[in-house]
Amino acid sequence: MAAPASESPAPGARPAVAVTRWDPGEDVVEVTRTPPPGAARETWRTFRETVRGLKTTLGRMVEAPTTVQYPEEKTPVYPRFRGRHKLHRFEDSGLEKCVGCSLCAAACPADCIRVVAAENTPENRVSAGERYAAVYEINLSRCIFCGYCEVACPFDAITMGHDYELSDYDRADLIFTKEMLLAEPLERTPLRNEGE
Amino acid sequence: MTPHPVLALVGYYEAWWVQILKSILIFAVGLQLVPLVLLAERKLLGRFQARYGPNRVGPYGALQPLADIVKLLTKEQFRPTTSVGVLFALAPVISILTAVAAFSIIPFGNVQHIFGERVGLYGVDVSIGPLYLFAFGAIAFYGIMLGGWSSGSKYSFLGAMRGAAQLISYEVSQGLALVGVIMTAQTLSLTGIVEAQKGMWYFIPQLAGFLIFLTASFAETNRAPFDLTEADAELVGGYNTEYGGGRFASYYFAEYLNVLVVSGIVTTVFLGGWLLPFGIHPPGWVDPFVVLFKMTLITFLFIWVRATLPRLRYDQLMSFGWKVLLPLATLNTLVTAVLVVVTH
Repeated sequence: MAAPASESPAPGARPAVAVTRWDPGEDVVEVTRTPPPGAARETWRTFRETVRGLKTTLGRMVEAPTTVQYPEEKTPVYPRFRGRHKLHRFEDSGLEKCVGCSLCAAACPADCIRVVAAENTPENRVSAGERYAAVYEINLSRCIFCGYCEVACPFDAITMGHDYELSDYDRADLIFTKEMLLAEPLERTPLRNEGE
Repeated sequence: MTPHPVLALVGYYEAWWVQILKSILIFAVGLQLVPLVLLAERKLLGRFQARYGPNRVGPYGALQPLADIVKLLTKEQFRPTTSVGVLFALAPVISILTAVAAFSIIPFGNVQHIFGERVGLYGVDVSIGPLYLFAFGAIAFYGIMLGGWSSGSKYSFLGAMRGAAQLISYEVSQGLALVGVIMTAQTLSLTGIVEAQKGMWYFIPQLAGFLIFLTASFAETNRAPFDLTEADAELVGGYNTEYGGGRFASYYFAEYLNVLVVSGIVTTVFLGGWLLPFGIHPPGWVDPFVVLFKMTLITFLFIWVRATLPRLRYDQLMSFGWKVLLPLATLNTLVTAVLVVVTH
């Protein structure tokens, strides 16, 4: 049995500390042993609120669903919606508007446009300018649809279309070539009407 | 001394083949009702949330339960390495067995004369109706308890523990809520209770009992807002986390069958069973449809509440059960007892 610390403390032992009663300060939790005041009113309020909630949900049920049945029913897009790109030709001559200047590729922040230009010859006249795009590819798996290419183009040869259904089974299939971009696109996406 | 021990008193004799046919029919009907409830719930929950619900499989999504069941039954049977094999397989069986057994006492009509035989339109009219129900309700929790415990997963275990605590808290109130009706009807037979409601359905004189029983039933069937046992948010499915395939389907089936059983009991005990108001007395074959219609209403209420109320916190559940429901149920029993003594 160790002797009480107050009497003859052993050398090296902790000095005796005056024991003070622990002051809980603000940490006092009041324990309520009866129903809190207003319990009946609270119960009644809870019941009323429950009934109100039930009324709210029943009100939603009689309304028509707001679901858009997607594959059959599509959300119309706004005219300035930036979907898949389109390349354009002159309507009268049928020549491509793109002259292979690569400004779109330079403007592209995602670096997804590749243009290889070639010289027009009298026998093989593809575009209206001196040169034309022999290769024009957009990697749509990288494209962020910012529309900078459209803004950069001096001849309005490339514009953003409305098509947003671009999923595919293979990444390679998402590299769109010039022929695909020039082709008359399938109008799969409805355009939003005025005021809609 | 009677030559044969009588386990439960029945009012009349039924041929053995009638009993077998009856049990097959009731099992088949119960089995067909469950997918309907399942589909109704998903469609109605959708409507409550301003969407359609399943509408891809079959006309208006009517074949969705079939697709679900086929999907579940073709899945691989697996169990976690930490699980206890026998109990893991046994637990869903207990759940489904007790649910079907409880379904057998719901009376769909009184004794009818079919092909010269006296046939009661129920599985069995035991003279201890509510006790039978509570007995199987209590055993049903073994399905959840054992399933959760034998899974060897902390989430399942927590779900099962919550389930056990919930059962204890709410079965008391549920039983006490029925005592008022039993005292008023002076019988424990469910058909007797229905017959006693000829004058007035019990949900009017026993409104408090009706509300308490309904609330406790939500807890007994582990339905929202008392679905803490499953609590997808924090217990990732609770007691059935580790279950998949056919065993999970069994739990699912049992849950919806329990909803039907509770709807049937509420119909029988508080909504006058097969009785119609305003003194309409249709021929006997209409009775089951009356009961089914009333059951549909209660099931709709179950789905409606699920679409409305958020899940209770655990301590809220406990304090609601012990501090609100139990005193109310006791008070209801006491007042009814005094009134029964005074009026008789």
